[in-house]
Amino acid sequence: MAGILSVVERAYHGTIEEQDDTILWVSHMLKNAGADLSILLRSNAVNYAVRGQDASGLNIGGVDLSVPPRIDDDVIALTNTGAPVYVVAEDLADRGISAGDLCDGVQTVARADLAKLFDEHDAIWHW
Amino acid sequence: MTTSGDKTITIALMDPPYESGTTTTALRIVDAALRKGINVNVFAYEGAVNMTMKGQAAHPNPVKGTSIEEQDHPSSSRFIAGLFELAGDGPKLDWVNCGLCVDERGAGDWIEGPRRGGPGDLFKMSQESTNTLIIGTR
Repeated sequence: MAGILSVVERAYHGTIEEQDDTILWVSHMLKNAGADLSILLRSNAVNYAVRGQDASGLNIGGVDLSVPPRIDDDVIALTNTGAPVYVVAEDLADRGISAGDLCDGVQTVARADLAKLFDEHDAIWHW
Repeated sequence: MTTSGDKTITIALMDPPYESGTTTTALRIVDAALRKGINVNVFAYEGAVNMTMKGQAAHPNPVKGTSIEEQDHPSSSRFIAGLFELAGDGPKLDWVNCGLCVDERGAGDWIEGPRRGGPGDLFKMSQESTNTLIIGTR
């Protein structure tokens, strides 16, 4: 039985100011602290797993965002810690995202199999 | 910077900084309007009054192992200070923080530029504007 399944649904809220997604970030911190953690990206958050995102070039009032968020790199970094990262297949299809668009290491899961995935974890943290 | 006739837009914001995509969107609209010489009124309501807090501070990123300098963390107050500088002597930027919202949050320590006001200011600004954009919390 795996530990925590962290479900990320709301996407791109405050990512410019935070320079990352707060839930991916805290998940990485929890993983570093020793948590047995998996990530499930659903709804708009499935876009986090798309390779090649570029949020650079923002300037507001003459102030450059010199270090933009790199959400796809953050997803890859999470998989590199050994944390499984899942995305809901139907949510990808609804948005026209194909499996070839995804970062290496990300696993797709059918909506019909979510209950099984939930059951394989001790705790579900739905942010 | 030249002004674009008598055009003025009013924007009402509710979302606090760091928690919504609307902050970036709204600030980009303000930036674009000022660069076109359009006067901008902003009415910051509820959590949006925290956008101009002077004490917002950068921090390192322990996940990425970056220092404060390397991370160059942005802040809404830094962006807004830049917007006041961009306006300069050209189009007017009038940023009103709802006073009661400020009081209940203890959020009164601002950067230079914003002023304290109330809903009556939003009504007056909207009456005197070419258009008004309400960006509520969702």
